[in-house]
Amino acid sequence: MTTAPAGFGRVLDLVTRVRGVRGAMLVAGDDGLVVAEQLMEGIKGPAVAALAASLASRLRRALEAAGVGAGQFWHLQAEQGALLVVTAASGVLVVAVAEPDVNVGLVRLELLRAAEAVG
Amino acid sequence: MADDVKALSAELAQDPDSLVFLRLAELLRHKGQLDAAHRVALTGLERHPHLADAHDLYARILADKHDFERAFDEWDMALRIAPDHVGALKGLAFLYFKVGDVQQAAAHLAAAQRVAPDDPGIAQALALAHGGEAGQSAAAPAPMAAAPAAQPLEEARVFAGLEGAEEGLLLLDPSGRVLGGALKNPAGRDVTDAVAAYLAGVSQEAGRTAKLLGLGSWTGLAAEGQHGHAHLTPPTGSALLLVVRERAVPMGRLAIMAQRAAVAARRWLEAQA
Repeated sequence: MTTAPAGFGRVLDLVTRVRGVRGAMLVAGDDGLVVAEQLMEGIKGPAVAALAASLASRLRRALEAAGVGAGQFWHLQAEQGALLVVTAASGVLVVAVAEPDVNVGLVRLELLRAAEAVG
Repeated sequence: MADDVKALSAELAQDPDSLVFLRLAELLRHKGQLDAAHRVALTGLERHPHLADAHDLYARILADKHDFERAFDEWDMALRIAPDHVGALKGLAFLYFKVGDVQQAAAHLAAAQRVAPDDPGIAQALALAHGGEAGQSAAAPAPMAAAPAAQPLEEARVFAGLEGAEEGLLLLDPSGRVLGGALKNPAGRDVTDAVAAYLAGVSQEAGRTAKLLGLGSWTGLAAEGQHGHAHLTPPTGSALLLVVRERAVPMGRLAIMAQRAAVAARRWLEAQA
């Protein structure tokens, strides 16, 4: 697993300690660059960050147009896992990559805590 | 009749665990006091969660209130408890007919007829359903004594009969073209085209992200906003289905609603192909 700088590392620890989480990262929401990551080997962090930021941006615009308001949390479900994302107040995305049977509610809570810590 | 309500209410108050709630709720329902019927049935159901009749009664009240999705859940539950429950079979037949799935409606009616072969209402509804299967325009069968008013089939509309079809369900092609449904914001303004434009390409992007992470095909995308929840699903490889509801609707429930809408969308897309 790749490691993050100490301050961000503690934030990402909140997420990665949840059973079923394969990795977590902080992504700059505006340009899709990796801020910090703790990912399992084999996960292409920069590419995932770019796509997550792009998806987050599209979703935010669509949700705002629909009157749902700014997206706080989103969860991409796939056959063999999931991507879960919370947007921090600063616009940084806190991202988790998880197994399909992960406790989504628990990951969401930890992502929200991490987002609060990131500010 | 008011006296009956009073008498039954008194009886229930004396013995809250008794099954008299079934008669009381049914009576209130017949009188059109749906909120009161709803309360009585729900309280009874909480005390008797394994009673198929209670789920059937609650489903009929929900159907009267046009809450067809929850009515479906309750009839479905009644059948899980008692697979031959005629009321639940008829109720589900009614709902399937409402969404244009005449084949499923006929199958449920046939099952009901096997259990209650002398019920003329079932035979009549079955004949109507078979008429619908043959492509005729048919009114929804109303085999339940006081089921919601029958409505014509609306096979041309993707989400006919589904809750929120005109303000919270949207089916798009990969380029963001609206294939069916509509979306309104909380102020009631039509935002269909704006949302569709923003969602163009989301399906492909979600697919790419899932693939890059080695997660296989994407199956859904749930999003939580400040004022509501949204759920995106790919009903087919390239189309995109959006379901939007207020925050009071939990995300898990929204996912179930999306699954049902996806079934309708898939069927409609196949029919168009």
